[in-house]
Amino acid sequence: MSTLFNIESLTAGYEQKIVLSDVSMAVEENDFIGIIGPNGGGKTTLLKVILGLLKPLSGRVDYSPGDLRLNQIGYMPQVAQGDTLFPVTVEDVVLSGMMHDKGSTGRMGRAEKKRAAEVMDELGLRPLAHQALNELSGGQLQRVYLARAVSGSPRLLLLDEPATFVDASFEADFYEKLKLLNRRMTIMMVSHDVGTISAWVKSFACVSGKVFYHPHSKITQEDLRLYGCPIQLITHGDVPHVVLHKHD
Amino acid sequence: MENLFEYSFVLRSLLGALFASITAGLAGTYIVSKRLVFLSGGVTHASFGGIGLGYYLGINPVVGAAVFGLGSAIGMEYMSARGKMREDSAIGILWALGMAVGIIFIYLTPGYAPNLMSYLFGSILTVTDGDLIALGVISAVLIIYTAAFYRTLLYISFDENYARTFTRHVDLFRYISVGLTGLAIVLNIRMAGVIMIIALLTIPANIVMLFTRRYLRIIVLSTVVSFAGISAGFAISWFTNLPTGATIVAVLVLFWLVARGIRTLKKSNRIEKLKKTTI
Repeated sequence: MSTLFNIESLTAGYEQKIVLSDVSMAVEENDFIGIIGPNGGGKTTLLKVILGLLKPLSGRVDYSPGDLRLNQIGYMPQVAQGDTLFPVTVEDVVLSGMMHDKGSTGRMGRAEKKRAAEVMDELGLRPLAHQALNELSGGQLQRVYLARAVSGSPRLLLLDEPATFVDASFEADFYEKLKLLNRRMTIMMVSHDVGTISAWVKSFACVSGKVFYHPHSKITQEDLRLYGCPIQLITHGDVPHVVLHKHD
Repeated sequence: MENLFEYSFVLRSLLGALFASITAGLAGTYIVSKRLVFLSGGVTHASFGGIGLGYYLGINPVVGAAVFGLGSAIGMEYMSARGKMREDSAIGILWALGMAVGIIFIYLTPGYAPNLMSYLFGSILTVTDGDLIALGVISAVLIIYTAAFYRTLLYISFDENYARTFTRHVDLFRYISVGLTGLAIVLNIRMAGVIMIIALLTIPANIVMLFTRRYLRIIVLSTVVSFAGISAGFAISWFTNLPTGATIVAVLVLFWLVARGIRTLKKSNRIEKLKKTTI
């Protein structure tokens, strides 16, 4: 494995509030990292800094090890953000994932529409191409936003709570799709549901002011305690639910 | 001589209708999609302050309205973007302030303001060549702006946060869009009137959205619907002497009711068909 990019002594935050302080981390190519941590711990902030949407207060993200460029990063924000009553079609939304390589006067021609059709095929969205967003189910909508994030053929895919508004029955299907995509791109995914995603991710990063990288998909309450990651660890299956206590 | 007057009046009315329809198609689709109907109401009424000031200073009231309209549109966008104030409250205050300023200045202006009613209710008779030229220019600018930046504008309107991942100019485009929309609205005031213009911006786009969710189609078709509605309104108001703006609104609402009826019929037909095929 080779390094895709490095986070070096990063401190980031907003007006008067530091969210991440002195964070360093190397992200390996083709990793599938589950980003976990408490609310306000800096998960979304970390994604925004990597995307170049938020300037670090100090430190930096060094994209040179894997020669990664900002327009090679796909992003799926929290699903609730787009206005589903807005008059756009599924195809239009998927096409917007290819705006990174275009200027403000960018047009969508035959090549882009062909590429959008491929992605829609891959995610089972092709029959919905000309539907409006308000006609879709939660699971379909989620796949539309995933299609937008990957239609520009990114090398790094960032997902922020992709499963928040989706029925559990859609979830496994969605993660299966991500697993396939992981063959050709590195994935970092924010989630609250450590138990569910541990079946799919390759590693964890616990973000709570600091970032602790855990190179396995198996994570225990002891690990979380060591990382100072005050989150609920709910295991599925026969094991009784274990709830971790918040510590100071 | 009478023929000539009638000819130029018809031409003028058609040109006015065309330009107003372009505003309704482009600015209207943007306003309805982004849920800025209340904001556009605020801009129109705030610009009445400019009309009053224009009268008082003895300059073209449309120039005053344009300055007030542009200023209030950008001001409201700025205030809501900074999150310093509730957007609807900011609009409400500017809305009332504009009307108050307008009425005070008209009261202070010596003599009688004969065209005041035409600004409130609209009249094609008071539209000057200068107004038509200004309308033509803003229509052309709106078309070129939308055509040149179509995808960028569409995606910024749809999901601003995502758009920030591919362009650094989200805020710039937002201010230009709101500014151009504000200007276009204000320049149509003489014809449609402060009180009625909101109908032009909302009804045609809403009629078309009953049938399609494709953004470009909505723009084109709501321009066509507006042109039909405005022309019919003009004709009726010419022959009956009813106020132009009010007649246009009545015609557009009638169109909307008919469109709703057609859609309901279509839906129930589809359900009938589905029932038959499943049985």
